[in-house]
Formats: sequence, C-alpha cells, structure tokens
Amino acid sequence: MMTTPLLSLQGLTKEYPGVVANSDVTFDIGEGEVHALLGENGAGKSTLVKMIYGLVRPNAGTMRWRGEAYEPHAPAQARASGVAMVFQHFSLFDAMDVAENVALGMDNPPPIRELAAKITEVSNNYGLPLDPDRMVGDLSAGERQRVEIIRCLLQDPQLLIMDEPTSVLTPQEVDILFRTLRQLRAEGKSILYISHKLEEIRALCENATVLRLGKVVGKADPRQESARSLAEMMVGQVLHQPSREAAAPGKTLLEVTNLSLPPQSAFGTSLKEINITVRAGEILGIGGVAGNGQDELLGALSGEMRSAREAVRMAGEPVGHIGPTARRALGLLCAPEERLGHAAAPDMSLSENALLTGAYRERLVKRGFVNWGKTRKFAERVIETFDVRTPGAHVAARALSGGNLQKFVIGREIMQRPSVLVVNQPTWGVDASAAAAIRQALLDLAAAGAAVVVISQDLDEILEVADSFAALNAGRLSAPRPVQGLTMDQIGLLLGGAEGDSDAAA
Amino acid sequence: MDLSSINPVVLIASLMVAATPILLAAIGELVVEKSGVLNLGVEGMMIVGAVSGFAIAVTTQNPYLGMLAAIVAGALVALIFAALTQLLMANQVASGLALTLFGLGFSALVGQNYVGIVPPRTPKLDFGPLTDLPVVGRIIFGHDILVYISLLIVAATWFWLNKTQGGRVLRAVGENHDSAHALGYKVTRVRILAIMFGGACAGLGGAYLSLVRVPSWTEGMTAGAGWIALALVVFASWRPWRVLAGAYLFGGIMVLQLNLQAAGFRIPVEYLSMSPYLITIVVLVIMSSSRGRRSMAAPGSLGRSFHAAG
Repeated sequence: MMTTPLLSLQGLTKEYPGVVANSDVTFDIGEGEVHALLGENGAGKSTLVKMIYGLVRPNAGTMRWRGEAYEPHAPAQARASGVAMVFQHFSLFDAMDVAENVALGMDNPPPIRELAAKITEVSNNYGLPLDPDRMVGDLSAGERQRVEIIRCLLQDPQLLIMDEPTSVLTPQEVDILFRTLRQLRAEGKSILYISHKLEEIRALCENATVLRLGKVVGKADPRQESARSLAEMMVGQVLHQPSREAAAPGKTLLEVTNLSLPPQSAFGTSLKEINITVRAGEILGIGGVAGNGQDELLGALSGEMRSAREAVRMAGEPVGHIGPTARRALGLLCAPEERLGHAAAPDMSLSENALLTGAYRERLVKRGFVNWGKTRKFAERVIETFDVRTPGAHVAARALSGGNLQKFVIGREIMQRPSVLVVNQPTWGVDASAAAAIRQALLDLAAAGAAVVVISQDLDEILEVADSFAALNAGRLSAPRPVQGLTMDQIGLLLGGAEGDSDAAA
Repeated sequence: MDLSSINPVVLIASLMVAATPILLAAIGELVVEKSGVLNLGVEGMMIVGAVSGFAIAVTTQNPYLGMLAAIVAGALVALIFAALTQLLMANQVASGLALTLFGLGFSALVGQNYVGIVPPRTPKLDFGPLTDLPVVGRIIFGHDILVYISLLIVAATWFWLNKTQGGRVLRAVGENHDSAHALGYKVTRVRILAIMFGGACAGLGGAYLSLVRVPSWTEGMTAGAGWIALALVVFASWRPWRVLAGAYLFGGIMVLQLNLQAAGFRIPVEYLSMSPYLITIVVLVIMSSSRGRRSMAAPGSLGRSFHAAG
C-alpha cells in the first residue's frame, strides 16, 4: 500500500481574465521529499505556490493535506496547517530589525525578547547565524534570506516552499543553504523547491515537476536527467548554445583608471580605485552579489555619475567629466539593470523609448524637432531584429513582459552600433530562449569589433559569454582573469573579496 | 522692551493649551503616515471637527458631547479621503488638498448660525491642594481634561506602535506594502482604519480650538494649525515623543509671539508665524543630508498607492 503524500494537488486550475495561469496541475509531494518545480518565467510556478500558500484561490481542482481536504483562503491558515514560504522577492521590512521582521511572519509571536533568544538559538542550530537586533536594511542578500528562512523554521513547518532561493547568493552561500535544506530533509520535512537553475535541482531534489504555459509537461527524477534535457523539457524546444568565433583582440576602447566615487545615496556603495581595460572584440564579465557597486559602476560608465576627467577614457579620449548624451555621441552606450524606470520609461510607448536613447546616434531629432516617422521605423527595426513579441511600437513599455522588454532595451542599444556597450544584468528574469538570444547578440556585437562589459550576478552567464572575469566586492574590482580554466570555487573566493589564490578567505 | 512682563509659569501653562490642538492632529497624522498614507487634509478635518464640536456643544450645552461629535465628524470626513485613495486609488496629494478645501467651505456653511455665540465652558480639572501648589500646580495640575487626554494619546500611540503586534503590522504596511501583502496582512483595511484614527484625532484637535482655546466659532479659525501639524510629523521624524516635544515647541512659539507683542517687542509677527515651517525645512535638510539610520527616515511606502497583484 502506498503512503499518503503530504500534499497532493489534483487538477488545480487558475484563470485570470484573458490568461490561464494554471491548467489542470496534478502532482504529489511526499513526506521528507525535496520536490522541484521547474519552469520558465510565466510558466505559472508563482501562481501555483500562491494557491498552496493561500494567497490565491483556485478556480477548479482540489488540494489534500495528508489525505484531508485543504483549502486555505489566507496565508495564516496555510501556516496553521504547516506550510511556510520563503519568498522570491523578499518579504522583509528594511527599517525594522530582524526580530520584528520575524515576528511579522508569525501569527502569535511571543514577546520580542523571548523571540530574539529563540532566533539566536534556531539560527545557530541550522548553521545560519543571525543577530536579532540588526536592521534588515543593513544585511546582505544572503543574510536577508536567512531572516526569511528562520521566520519559516520558527513555525515548525512540515512543508517549506522556496521560490528561487539562490538567485541572489554567492556559490558559498548556496552551499550553506543546501546544507541547511538537507538537514531539514533529514528531519523529515518536505521542501517544494522552485528554480530554473538546473544544476542546483539536480544536486538537491529527488523529484521534479516541469510546468510550461501553466500545464504539467513532464515529471522526472532530476538526478537521472542532464541539465540540458531538463532545460529542453522546460522550454519545449531544442536550445541553441550561444557560439562565437575567436577574434584577435584589437585596440583598447574602454579604459578606466583609479576610478573612485563616493556613495550616491545613504544605502549606496562607494567605488574604490576601479581599473578596467577592455579591447575591441573583448567581453569583460563583472560578477558580484547585488549591492556591491554594480549600479554605481554602470552609472559611472554611462555618465550618470561624473568622475575625474582622466578616470574614464574612451578610445584614448578622456570622457570622465562629460554626461550620458555626450558619451553616447562618442559610441559609449549602456543598458542599466532596472528595466522599468531606468532603462525604459514605463508609461511611454516603445517608439518614445527608442527615441530616449537613440535620438542623436540615429538622428531622430533635427533642430529640436522629433522625426516621428524615423523614430517609429527605428523602434520597429529593433522589434523585428530582436524578436520582441508585441503588437507594435505604439505599445507602452509597461505592457511588455520582462523578457520582451529586456530584448527591446538591449536591442535598442545594439542597433545603435556602439563601440563600447555596458550592460547590467542583461538576462535577469528573462526566460531561457530569450536569454540565449540576448547573449548571442552580445557575442555578435563583440565579434563585430565592439568592446563589451557584462555586469551580471548570473555566473553561468558570465562564464558563457565573457573572455575575462573580474569580481566586484564592496566597491572594489578584482584584477581580471581569463575565463578559460576558472573554476566555480575560485570565482566564489573572488566574489568573497579574496584576491589571488590565497586561502585566507576560507 | 520689557521682557519682565512675561511670566514663565503662565507662559508654560498657556503653551500647553496652545499646543494641544496641533499635538492631537499631529499624533493622528503620524499614525496615518506610519501606515504609508499621506493625508494633506488635516486642516480640513480639523475645521470640520471644530464646527461640528461647537454646534453640538452649543445645542446640548455639554462640551464633552461636542468633542465626541467632533471625533465622529473628523473620522467621517477622513473616511471620504480613505474611500477616494484606498478604494478608488485616487492620488493622495490631490485628494488631501481637496479635503482641506472641502472642509473649509463646508464648515463655513454649517457654522453660519453659530458666529458670535459663546460655547459652554469646559471646566479645568481640580486636583484640590495639588492645583494650589506654586508653579507646579499651575503647570501640571491646572488644565482641562483634554490636555491630559492628549498626553495619554501620545503615550498610548507610542506604546501601541512599538510594543504590540498590531502596531508592528501598521508600521510594516507603511514600510513596504507589497511585503505586508505577501505575508497576508490586509493593507487596505489597515490604512483605512489608520486614516479614520487620524481624522478622529484631527477632529478632536479642532474642537479643542473652538471650545477651549479660543473659545468661539469664526470662519477659517484653524488658520493653518493643520499645516503646522503636518510639518510637525516630519519635524518629529515620525516619532510620537518628538511630536510632543515639537508641538510644545511650536505651541511655545505661538504663545511667545503674543507675549512679545504685548511686551512691545518690535519684531514683525510674521517671522514667528513662519518659524515652525522654517524649522521643519531645516530639519528636513539635516535629515536628508545625514547618511544615517534608516529608521530616521520616512516610512518606505509613504504616499504610494497599493494595488494588490494576483
């Protein structure tokens, strides 16, 4: 006789006006099982876990918890049953301390002093040390995630839902997290692990359910599959690996010498003596955990933040003192991380957004007047070349999905034939096939003789496209190393701030 | 000039009375802003409280019934703002300004028949021999009940915000409404209740003006007290005890300005009238320039509309 699964989903369906987020989803999670939920962005993973956590109610289908009917209509009810969730975008409050943040995730928190003692105890038991009195706003991404996990563990859950838990962690932090998760499994707790990082799933999970467009398209034992076969199950087509032809590097196009900048906001990072040299045809990958100066570095290169005249040179010419428009005119283009609000104006149409950065290089403005016909054609060229799925150039940027908008903003810069292109998180939140297209476009651009700087938190991405790798840590940039022959462990140490091969940072 | 005519004991006692309306309105607005809502309609809610409190007190000849009516009226006016901004997603700044203009006009209309009438007197509490003590008796034990209630509200607000789960939830909603929603808290409900509390406090502050401080009804009698209360919340960097200190400071300036005039001090009144705003601007500049603690700063979601997604 089969044992009753911990949680059993039967034909779950959720429809929003015009969209079916989940359709007839059926699978079981056993006791003490680490179950992977795989799928691209928009495959319906988030909606599904929201139903399990009681944030969203299904239109059809049933859930059973240890054989009993389970219909949570609020998170508090889900928590009472023993379901806890670690959110993808953290559900934390920056201006409150750790203990208060934990208390907010509990239904009947004990007095704050008792809670603080408990946090210290539980966090040490699971190898995730945490100081309950610290302000959450001052914590690193890894520490913030610990707060979320501890908040869940204090409720003594049976099922822990983890939504993309490793996207902001260094490889070492991922190891610590996995150790904790294995300890939880050994204690008999079940984990529903959502990710699109396939190697992690193969290392951790014994069962996987693959979602595509809201439907279950496959179940697998990830330990028996290759990362490639899982990816193809997820995407539903054969993936193209980006490829490039080796080109001899040309002359130096971008040169940054001893660039130091004070922080721009109360919680910003200062840049300390940054040195970069990128030659024509070369791609430099800059890795680092979020908040170590990525935004500031992009701002300093794009011209949003001015620096000393000689600190930034473009093909030998000093440009440190001039602003973004003048730098664009010289061929130094940038695509920042934040798509909505920084790279694109959300409520403006794609044509207008194309105009915002392309005005001068594409000659869309003449004597102060906008040539709308030409602007629209430029936007349409970007849409066509980069396969942006949208009804047309008149659509507001906000209406596009993350991946499509990302293709548009990256394409908009590449179509302006930059001689230096700086991108920050070019494929963040973009599905696998769109990400592959963007990476290929970056490789093609470099092959055509441009210098490219890719700032990314996705190490696999850097290893895939970059020629050399440098790590950004607390505003300092390590010396670049050739990507060939670099191991994950070495990268992890660089990200942690250790220079060279010294084992001092272990 | 003759500063010896200013009696410090009388000055302190009367500044407490002068500060009570703005203290009440400001502590209410503090709770509203802590929940992430910016209600610029404080002036409007105050004056509606002032006129309705006055009208009911005159009709029933009972000042306490009048104050109760002012609380209800203030909360009801605030409910209009809550419906506009929380349910219909109207812009908070525009709605708040509209509320102020509406309150000023509406109160003038209702108050037409009450001009020139004397309201029933609100008695000062008598602590017996304590009240007769020199200096202390006058400052601490010589007031009407509302002065003590306002102090109690400040203490209770501080305790509730910082020491209870309910207050923690309210601060969480104001700090990051998306996170609060993800944890299952009812953002809209919390905010509507906070807005109504703010309205009730502003209404009571208004009634204190028309029933105790002045006491009579004239059109537009709040004369900017609501705006001072708004400035005060920022000045106090969203902390209850600092609101109290700030209210007494601003109240002191108001009283001092009258005393200085009486003493023949030759400084235009306007300088003193504008000083609360000037001080607030200075504090704002200091706050934004010091790269300090996050907890000093405004609630993270202040003034942002909340749309529940999914």
